Amino acid sequence: MTTAATESKASDPPATDLGPDQLLQKLYDMMLIRRFEERTMQSYMQQKIGGFCHIYIGQEAVAVGSIAALRPDDSIVGAYRDHGIALAKGMDPRHAMAEMFGKVTGCSKGKGGSMHLFDKPNHMYGGHAIVGGQCPLGAGLGFAIQYEKKDNVALCYLGDGALNQGAFHESMNLAAIWNLPVIFVLENNMYSMGTHIARGTSMADDLQAKAQAYGMRYAECDGLDFIETYACFKREVANTRGAENPQWDRGALPDYRKDGRTPGPCFINVRTYRYKGHSMSDPQKYRSKDEVGEVEQNDCIQRLVRYLIDRGLATQEQIDDLDKQAKQTSSDAVKFANESPDMPIEELYTDVYAQPFGPFGKGEAAEGFRD
Amino acid sequence: MVTTTRNIQFREALREAMEEEMRRDERIFVMGEEVAEYHGAYKVTGPMIDEFGPRRIVDTPISETGFAGLGVGAAMYGLRPIIEFMSWSFCLVAADQIINNAPKILYMSGGQFGVPCVFRGNNGAGGQLGSTHSWSVESMFSSVPGLKLAVPSTPRDAKGLLKTAIRDDDPVFFLESERMLGFGHRGDEDFSPYLAGGKWAPPTNEEDDDFTIPFGQADIKKPGADCTIVTAGRPVHFALEAAEALAQDGIDCEVIDVRTYRPLDIDTIVDSVRKTNYCVVADQSWPFASVASELASQVYERAFDDLDNTIARVNNDDVPPPYNRSREQDMLPNARKIAEAVRQTTYNA
Repeated sequence: MTTAATESKASDPPATDLGPDQLLQKLYDMMLIRRFEERTMQSYMQQKIGGFCHIYIGQEAVAVGSIAALRPDDSIVGAYRDHGIALAKGMDPRHAMAEMFGKVTGCSKGKGGSMHLFDKPNHMYGGHAIVGGQCPLGAGLGFAIQYEKKDNVALCYLGDGALNQGAFHESMNLAAIWNLPVIFVLENNMYSMGTHIARGTSMADDLQAKAQAYGMRYAECDGLDFIETYACFKREVANTRGAENPQWDRGALPDYRKDGRTPGPCFINVRTYRYKGHSMSDPQKYRSKDEVGEVEQNDCIQRLVRYLIDRGLATQEQIDDLDKQAKQTSSDAVKFANESPDMPIEELYTDVYAQPFGPFGKGEAAEGFRD
Repeated sequence: MVTTTRNIQFREALREAMEEEMRRDERIFVMGEEVAEYHGAYKVTGPMIDEFGPRRIVDTPISETGFAGLGVGAAMYGLRPIIEFMSWSFCLVAADQIINNAPKILYMSGGQFGVPCVFRGNNGAGGQLGSTHSWSVESMFSSVPGLKLAVPSTPRDAKGLLKTAIRDDDPVFFLESERMLGFGHRGDEDFSPYLAGGKWAPPTNEEDDDFTIPFGQADIKKPGADCTIVTAGRPVHFALEAAEALAQDGIDCEVIDVRTYRPLDIDTIVDSVRKTNYCVVADQSWPFASVASELASQVYERAFDDLDNTIARVNNDDVPPPYNRSREQDMLPNARKIAEAVRQTTYNA
């Protein structure tokens, strides 16, 4: 992050190139994730949702702010806390909820669950449940974009727990040596389950070191502030788009710099916070209620609401209306999921192989989902 | 079918398959350690970099998790990666990517994202490489649904099966053997005499530009009436050698090369057992929960009444591969062990 940007933030509220209508849309996207997740928790308590379930509440500005900076045909891949990024990328909330209910109308027909939401039409390459396991996939998306000589970018989301997995470091190295158009998005909510980042991650107070080790561009932003997060991603996505592989020039050796290259890959440290436990089964003995309460005072949705009201860009009535819509859409999603048919036994044996043999069948498209 | 007598190495057959497919399909690339400028640690890729350039023949750092997973991501996006492991022993550090991601993503995404990726490399003991470098992975990996697994034993099968693997829309584990790469070319005692003079050489592209061998079709490498020997990969040559020795004692063996463990052509095996009434299964992994155990189990389930004795299994000894040359040979399956197993199981014939 440049010093200039830091200084301008200290004095003035950050400016944005988004108009009032677009800002309201983004506010709605964040409200939808919040209300959707409230219904997710409720449904989990009612045992409609099983397995491991990781709630996105508190981090909404990260998903919405980063994806707002993308084109629709740009790709994303993430970890298991994936409800927020899936919705922000455009997944129908009904398909997301139905997936968690294990219904055949879910995005993965009930085969993936909460941690494995996939959405091909919206270029969402999945939530991945092995920590760090999505990082090589993110590098692969960047590789494929570059290989096909497209000007897209790939965002690869990871939590701070993934910083200490080998897969993350190998992916950073590959992205750097081939200058892949990929951004590693650290959703730094400070806790890897219950382990504070400073207890598990070296240089936790200076994560720029992680990028510098690979000669990769580094940026950071306040993930509780939509405007700042969006601005950061807008800038860094532009700085990543069109990254070229220096090694396509046979025999050429890449030239590395501590501050990385442009256009080229980037590592963005987004400081955020999750209000809820690591998963639904987390009693949160590792942090105080005061700590959570303090961050909640700084809530990302409330901040954007204040931004809009203070500047006269929206009325409280409009905002209440959006919230009402978000609640309605979320309860519609639950209704849809409730009323949908269960994953049938026949589906157990489909989608194992694209070219099946023996007992395996060819899968049909999920209802109203695939193109 | 065109018959050919050209003398072609196993590695050249593999290279031909990749070259022909890469000329046909721009989405295919080869990635791995030393595949480009070094021409392959075992010279399988050879000078492919000169024709296809550094965009499509990609040298990687020693970073199996990174580049294997990159292949999975690129395949999800729509490319057709061929990921070379210098040895399948080294794939173990990439286990999460190759057995957790590659074979499961189609299912977990409800059919949205396939992973048409080939992972290939040397499998089995190379020659005094010690325990960490001598893995045979067929038993461990063929139990995973979502992947396909091929173990070719001849240059012809290597080319035909690899072309099929590259065209397949699912992840394929392709198990070669460094002890076979030079088959039919050098006179080394470790190499099989059964490929001499170009026997089992694949057709050239000029002879047959659409030569492929489908998965799930076992090949009867030698017909016989008295005992069925089922195997794949390098042990096929041990089985042929055993069959030759046994023929002198009047035991006529049928040697079946399954070629792919997933999908498995159990029908050809069962048909053979119904004819011979005796069965020996050989594979080069450890005996416990091995592909040999699985094959034996499936034959019992389908042809119990046709068997005149129990099925004999020939595996590695149940120990880590040692460094010592003689003891390593003792530990691996070989012609002597297979012949002995056939004699024991057919004693009442």
